[in-house]
Amino acid sequence: MTDLAAARWLFGTSLAFHILFAAVGVALPLLMVLAEWRWRRTGSEVHLELARRWAKGAAILFAVGAVSGTVISFELGLLWPRFMAFAGSIIGMPFSLEGFAFFAEAIFLGIYLYGWERVSPRLHLASGILVVASGALSAFFVTLANAWMNHPAGFALVLGKATDVRPLDAMFVPGWSHEVLHVLLSSYAATGFAVAGIHAFFLRRAPGSAFHRAALGIALAVGGGAALLQPLSGDLSARQIAVNQPLKLAAAEGHFHTGRGVPLHLGGIPDAGAAVTRWSLEIPRGLSLLAFHDPDAEVKGMLDFPRDRWPDPVKVHLAFQAMVGLGTAMAAVALLGLALAWRRREVPAGRRFLLAVVLTSPAGFLALEAGWLVTEWGRQPFAIWGVMRTADAVTPVSDLTAPLWIFGALYLFLAVMVGTLLWRQMVHAPAEPAGGAP
Amino acid sequence: MTLPDALAAAMAVALVAYVLLGGADYGGGIWDLLASGPRRREQRARIEQAIGPIWEANHVWLILVVVVLFTGFPTAFAAVSTTLFVPLTLLLVGIVLRGAAFTFRAYDRPDDRVQRAWGLVFSASSVLAPLVLGAAVGALASGRLRVGPDGMPLGGPAAWLSPFTAATGLLAAALFAFLAAVYLTVEARGPLREDFRRRAIGAGAAVFGAALAAAVLSWREAPLVFHGLTRRAWSIPLHLATAAAAVSAFAALLARRFRLARGAAAAQAGLIVLGWAASLRPYLVVPDVTIAGASAPPETQRLLLLALVAGTVTLVPSLWLLFRVFKREGPGTPGGDEPG
Repeated sequence: MTDLAAARWLFGTSLAFHILFAAVGVALPLLMVLAEWRWRRTGSEVHLELARRWAKGAAILFAVGAVSGTVISFELGLLWPRFMAFAGSIIGMPFSLEGFAFFAEAIFLGIYLYGWERVSPRLHLASGILVVASGALSAFFVTLANAWMNHPAGFALVLGKATDVRPLDAMFVPGWSHEVLHVLLSSYAATGFAVAGIHAFFLRRAPGSAFHRAALGIALAVGGGAALLQPLSGDLSARQIAVNQPLKLAAAEGHFHTGRGVPLHLGGIPDAGAAVTRWSLEIPRGLSLLAFHDPDAEVKGMLDFPRDRWPDPVKVHLAFQAMVGLGTAMAAVALLGLALAWRRREVPAGRRFLLAVVLTSPAGFLALEAGWLVTEWGRQPFAIWGVMRTADAVTPVSDLTAPLWIFGALYLFLAVMVGTLLWRQMVHAPAEPAGGAP
Repeated sequence: MTLPDALAAAMAVALVAYVLLGGADYGGGIWDLLASGPRRREQRARIEQAIGPIWEANHVWLILVVVVLFTGFPTAFAAVSTTLFVPLTLLLVGIVLRGAAFTFRAYDRPDDRVQRAWGLVFSASSVLAPLVLGAAVGALASGRLRVGPDGMPLGGPAAWLSPFTAATGLLAAALFAFLAAVYLTVEARGPLREDFRRRAIGAGAAVFGAALAAAVLSWREAPLVFHGLTRRAWSIPLHLATAAAAVSAFAALLARRFRLARGAAAAQAGLIVLGWAASLRPYLVVPDVTIAGASAPPETQRLLLLALVAGTVTLVPSLWLLFRVFKREGPGTPGGDEPG
């Protein structure tokens, strides 16, 4: 394995791992605060029990998220020092601001987790709300940095050096709002569905459990709501990418020949050599319609761009199809849940619906990972689109396979432990409403 | 004071905060590993209670140092990351295992074998992290980390290792253990307090030994730092102040004036870090990377300084609240939500 490949694998593994905990860190506090708020308003003891259980989950997940995030901040320099030497002054601002958001998150999560008996009810709930807000703010800032890599701005390139640096322009490049919205919704949808799936699983075993029913209600409201909004956000993103990152869109869609009124490829595998996408279901004019909301619009194909700037269309297209497919399944389940809830005026808990929730439980996190792969693979071979190739960003340090194995093993171990501990938290959850809790 | 100097000073202040707060959390882990005697279980429980609510917030000071470094001094960040690849990677392993094991221990089964296993991972990584952090920080001053004009290393992956950096690694571990033990004397009561008092005195002696070794070795191995520590206008007053703080801390421990000891120990540790930072100036990595040379454009640095000021304004009251909630009362008051 070359050092470049090892660096990419290591950074990719670190991010793929961290992203799960980051998304949970954004969304799980919202579920926990909603449960506590419900308890404070109605005195419903199951909601208190729920808030405490979710808080314990949040504590475990946030700790792993904090340390795996630390790994990323160091790895930016350990693995991509030339990228950081070039881009640090341009794009460091959102990272610095994220540092402060992370500070607020850690402080108020500490107060929330350990302060049940130490602070006033009002301060406790306020701390939870601040955790929710600062988590969203962290995601906001860090996504700005990614948006810049896709669409670098706020500097002038003179002889390979960045001059005339305007950090604020670099923070808000075209498309930043779409990407931020998409990331935030994906966190809420993924976490909501994952949590809903766990409680749906236990509700199928113990249909009478008020605890799991309350949990399902909150998790589905957050996850389902986000899953229903996500297709709209995806549409905004796609239209923005069609203008600002046309090559990425073409790769994602397996679209090679520029033309008007071009079809959409559902499924299929792009063949870069022959410049066709095989075995796909073609929807006439579909891509023109989706990318520009005009069935006759011209959509640029990959062949319009120099070959040495191409990402691998197979990877990008498959990841994109996975994201869209999983997102669609989640939106369908959310819509079904909404219809059932509206008709019965209660949280839907029919066995078949619960099974659907269990089956789509991992879909959000898989879609989130797939979507992240689309934007990262779709930008290759560049680290900073059009400015710096990934191969030119990598560290001169050699033998990177050693840290790759170390961290790979470490992440695997952590994943197994986190899974075990969370499972145990839920298995021991009360089947009946907990009475007598303070 | 120039803009780059102001940012470098901000990093030094954040590093002091990390040592005083995050450092003491590692120190807690060191005492978990070294827990002994009839009250070893109580010692560990007291340590866990002390750092549980605050370690994640304390850890963010390190992140702050990193982001200010890469935003304000990007080539220095590249130089530090590449020349210190090995110790920083080990530091990350330590950070990940320490945080994860500490949390897992709190939420895993209460049975002894499981708790001991997590405790061992937690405490061993709490020893590893300060050793490599101290060695890395010492190496910056050693003059052994040579880089080209683009910040890329000229030496090998082991350039950071020397007797001097071994001494600074030990100094960091001893200092963190000392801080933790002194803080714990304030928070513990009865015989437990005496346990930590004895440990504080022992660790204080270790700090003295390691600091002396580092100073002597710096004469040969880090001449610029040695020069900074001995020949500048502020050198003598700084040493006097550090010595005064150290002596006060010892005297207060002997006299069982624990709050005074805590203040003096913190002052001593803070002055050691500030002395190191001041003697490093004008370098970030001796001798090839300077504060001025590695600076980001002034637009970035101005905005970053502004963000630091704004961030501090929101941060300070939040931190004050956190410590007031968890550190105001002594033991005997009901603990927080006991995890488990």
